[in-house]
Amino acid sequence: MGELRAYAALGAAQVRSATAYRTSFVVELFANMGATVFDVLAVLVLFRATPALGGFSLAEAMLITGLSAAGFTLADFAVGNVDHLKSLVRAGTLDAVLVRPLGALPQLLLMDLPIRKALRVVFGFAVLGLAVAANDIDWTPARVLLLVVAPVAAAVFFGSIFVSSASLAFWWVDSGEVGAAFTYGGRDFTSYPMSVFGGWFRGLFAYALGFAFVAYQPALALLGVPDPLGLPAWSGFLSPLVALGAAAFAAGVWRAGIRHYRSTGS
Amino acid sequence: MIEMRELRKDFTVRVKAGRLRRAKRTVSAVDGVSLSIGRGEMVGYIGPNGAGKSTTLKMLTGVLTPSSGDVSVCGLAPVPQRTRLALRIGVVFGQRSQLWWDLPLRESFRLLRHIYRVPAAEHAARLRRCRSLLDLDAFLDTPVRQLSLGQRMRGELTAALLHGPEVLFLDEPTIGLDVVSKQAVRSFLAELGSSGDVTLVLTTHDLADIERLCERLVVIDHGRVVHDGSIEALHARYGSRRSIVADLAEPLPDGFELPGTTLAGVTANGHRVTFVLESSTAGAAVAGLVAAVDVRDLSLLEPDIEDVVARLYSATGAP
Repeated sequence: MGELRAYAALGAAQVRSATAYRTSFVVELFANMGATVFDVLAVLVLFRATPALGGFSLAEAMLITGLSAAGFTLADFAVGNVDHLKSLVRAGTLDAVLVRPLGALPQLLLMDLPIRKALRVVFGFAVLGLAVAANDIDWTPARVLLLVVAPVAAAVFFGSIFVSSASLAFWWVDSGEVGAAFTYGGRDFTSYPMSVFGGWFRGLFAYALGFAFVAYQPALALLGVPDPLGLPAWSGFLSPLVALGAAAFAAGVWRAGIRHYRSTGS
Repeated sequence: MIEMRELRKDFTVRVKAGRLRRAKRTVSAVDGVSLSIGRGEMVGYIGPNGAGKSTTLKMLTGVLTPSSGDVSVCGLAPVPQRTRLALRIGVVFGQRSQLWWDLPLRESFRLLRHIYRVPAAEHAARLRRCRSLLDLDAFLDTPVRQLSLGQRMRGELTAALLHGPEVLFLDEPTIGLDVVSKQAVRSFLAELGSSGDVTLVLTTHDLADIERLCERLVVIDHGRVVHDGSIEALHARYGSRRSIVADLAEPLPDGFELPGTTLAGVTANGHRVTFVLESSTAGAAVAGLVAAVDVRDLSLLEPDIEDVVARLYSATGAP
């Protein structure tokens, strides 16, 4: 109980810090949303060139994009700033976090919560809402539940990627933008139907690493459309399990990383 | 309170060996340190740069995982029980801030109350005490980023004490401070230590900190303890002696000898001489000197701990 209140106090402090510089806060709030708007526009632009993409109509593809955008923006808001870890490791300032009586990861996330990215999350979920409205979905209780769970599962999945790739910094201080290939790359990958990708590339990212279960499979399950790639209809409901697997992996990498932390000379 | 047995920390460093090849080399930052520190002790932990002081402190506070050996603080194992230990220790890293950069100092203290789950009354009482002892009132509402280093350090000390820690670790608490701020920090720590409830471990490069605060001095070099005892014991062991400096009316005659002392230096064209006391007492040496030559001015120098430690560092030498 006390611990929860401690975390809440940390988050509130971050809100006050962020709003300490008021004008720049408002400007960045909207600038940040702009970035996500362009991601969605990219999908729309594709459909100007072609009426169908990988066997999907614009509305269907937008549902995939919407699930991906909602999950990614939520993860980016909650966990995205964990990639600041590399500067903390480089400067040794993680020490200050480790001498406090709270978990290191929640502290880092709350102390660095990017309030400026808040509008992005609203936009991500707005895209999802519009896509749901644009499709003629045959609603069942299971599908309603899936619509609620899938964006959260997607966020957990992306969050796990953020944490795992940020943890690279514990071993490799100059990990630089390697992590971005998986986080931002993953978001772009999951925005499209898996059927547009080919061969080993699809096999590796969609199924071996699980990116197909972030948006594509849940979208198929919501739409009741058979998978052109042959996975059964219920596979969309696996997305929470895939997300939990990713989270367990991320937690393991993080723990090993903390033990490997070297701090700096003074 | 603190037990270390054969504590080690090895780092692997990659060194360039040719254009692309990198050779791995293992460096022991802490190389088998065994120490036992009791409740209420004030221990100065000193050593040259790179001796392993900070690394030891980081293993004691649960920041770094030891490579081998045993360590316990307040009966807890620092790394596995990190969060439980954190509630019972206070840490000040002179070169890292615990405070919230963009928030007023007062806000940082309020947040720390939540983080350490301190009852409001206890928190208020401790804060009141720190405010009066460290003169915080003038800048309590200033954002931390606008504080001077001395003000910030006083804030850091308060921040480390608001949860009533049993052990306080201070890593170079006076680094970069001006003389007045150093004095303020030292007298505060002396006051804190005099109660005998708080165990204090302090690393520093400023030996005045140690002379003022610590009865026990642990010197570490190349990851090993080279001295553990009082400052007096260090002087006795390394034969540091007091000396007499005298200004003379006439240059010192050639071949002059003062029984029980050795002549350590002659400067200012023979007008200023330094005798190191060997077997003679200060009184006898001064009397002998005054009887033999015309002395204008005279002073007695206590052994300088800086010199002793400098000799100690160079004696243990590089590997």
